[in-house]
Amino acid sequence: MIEIVSATRCVECDICVKVCPTNVFDATEHGAPVIARQDDCQTCFLCEIYCPTDALYVAEFAEGPTGITEVEVEERLLFGSYARALGWARGKAGGSQFDPTHRIRVAQ
Amino acid sequence: MPKSQKSASDNLHLQADVLVLGGGPSAAWAAVAAAESGARVALADKGYLGTSGATAPSNTGTWCVPPGDNRHAVVERRWQRTGELADQRWMLRCVDTAYRNLLRLSEWGYPFPSEDDGRLYIANLRGPDYMRFMRRRVLLAGVTVLDHHPALELLSDGDAIVGAGGVARQAGHDWRVDAKAVVLATGGCAFRERILGGTGLTGDGYLMAAEAGASLSGMEFTGKYTLAPYGSSLNKGLPFRWASFHREDGSPILGPTGEPLRNGIGDREDEVARALIDGPVYARLDQAEPALQGWLRQGQPNCFVPYDRAGIDPFSDLFRITLRAEGTVRGTGGIDIVSDDCATGVPGLYVAGDAAGREIMTGAVSGGGAVNSSWALASGWWAGKGASTHAKRRAGKAFRGTVQPLGQAGLRPAATPRADIAAGEVIEAVRNEVTPLDKNFFRSGAGLEKSSERLESVWRDVRDHLRGEGADKVRAREAASIAAAGRWSVASALHRTESRGMHRRTDLPGKSPALAHRLIITGVDAFRIEGTPERPAELAS
Repeated sequence: MIEIVSATRCVECDICVKVCPTNVFDATEHGAPVIARQDDCQTCFLCEIYCPTDALYVAEFAEGPTGITEVEVEERLLFGSYARALGWARGKAGGSQFDPTHRIRVAQ
Repeated sequence: MPKSQKSASDNLHLQADVLVLGGGPSAAWAAVAAAESGARVALADKGYLGTSGATAPSNTGTWCVPPGDNRHAVVERRWQRTGELADQRWMLRCVDTAYRNLLRLSEWGYPFPSEDDGRLYIANLRGPDYMRFMRRRVLLAGVTVLDHHPALELLSDGDAIVGAGGVARQAGHDWRVDAKAVVLATGGCAFRERILGGTGLTGDGYLMAAEAGASLSGMEFTGKYTLAPYGSSLNKGLPFRWASFHREDGSPILGPTGEPLRNGIGDREDEVARALIDGPVYARLDQAEPALQGWLRQGQPNCFVPYDRAGIDPFSDLFRITLRAEGTVRGTGGIDIVSDDCATGVPGLYVAGDAAGREIMTGAVSGGGAVNSSWALASGWWAGKGASTHAKRRAGKAFRGTVQPLGQAGLRPAATPRADIAAGEVIEAVRNEVTPLDKNFFRSGAGLEKSSERLESVWRDVRDHLRGEGADKVRAREAASIAAAGRWSVASALHRTESRGMHRRTDLPGKSPALAHRLIITGVDAFRIEGTPERPAELAS
């Protein structure tokens, strides 16, 4: 589930507050959004790819927080890794024209 | 502090011809179709149109059957797998309309990939891109989009459904949209399983429709589960097509012929489920050739997020797996459709996508991603058109009568509200009956009887005492919807005294010819179950 909003990366655009389908974040008066309802996170990773500065990290475990730190996420280059795998960048969609899934369906 | 707060005096009150409830693909297509017919359309979603639902976080195939002589044969072959409950006429019209809408996506400029010969490959939709694209099309069509506006209940003027009301959960005020027709595109019920889309898919539309007098169909078909890395949200079976499976002691899990299992999807889920009831199960995607590994990684990037973040190489490492319950999302139960325009039989109320019963499309077996995706493309279109036509017919009579809100359980309890009846505990109690593999993947009459007793007790508390205040209004209503769906599911499963498709009765293996029909359930507190009724083939509301 969602574990990190990086205050150093965040530009306070509040896009995550708007796009999270489960209303996990709250905007704040001065500063980065906060994770207000963590247990509602459905671990869909969509906030990450909509974030224009790769400031969010959703850990793979859906049942509860893992406690991973921002330092580890930075060191393992995990910020923005799902967006890069898709071909999204700076919160903008891209890459679906290169999707090779049709080859998988043939193999199946 | 939230940035915007509104007082009760800021409540939102709109009028529209058609109101669409939901934010997934069928909601988007319904809104576009209704707007194209000239209707003023509002769309209210619990979350955000573009990220809500099971499609947006996924990468889904479609059931894409181009026109031609072969189409009847393709449909016939697929029908053979549906446990005799699907309807080939619906299957044919679905592939026809879905194909036309896939072409429409291509004309609008959706970035489909190309095949080797340069032709666009339109049979696959990447969820995040598809739903972001659909949001833009909905806005371009002039639809008023209300994100984070969960609906709590439908409104009736005594003759027809005339709108819905709910709360604007970020702004903190109530909303009401008066409409000449309403499309329920609220998705299925995932019973709060932690799967992609699962938080919002609480079956809200089922309860709203049933309160209005609509029936549900196929609620016993909630026995679909999909493999996922243990503890993850990735209920995507495709990579497990090329996997081996092992018990804790390393011994391989065997298939029905005694050979080690090398494909864990489809019917083979039964073997994995049996092993998982006994103890932990591990898998390795070691049946995938290197080229396929690359395509899987590039084509299904969401499936690899859990492995990459957990530091696992799924092609060489053993990793623990689970089967995630998928309720009616990949099950087939939902609101019964009574005519070709996706009407529910309640005047002014239409249904699309996973909110609708999909037995007519895929019977007793799961439609998986592909059939459900095409169903959303087609049923959204029909429901949007149907609602728009109804709105035009009703133009003179609209917005005149006295409006009654229809919400009961979780909103207006029958007796005194009690603070000790909490939404979270209700949901846990329901989950305990409808998600464990040994109760719901493999079912038995005795087990279902016990579950039924417990769910009746949960339901009585919900009906009589559950109510949330403020932000918890939505949570209470979601819990009531989950409780209602669980109760309908177990009751229908008890009624189906046989095994068929994903309904596996260990005490009654094998199909019963006498039950080769759908089960229709009607009523909320007191309900009745009937075999598929005879009805006119074509009848608009």
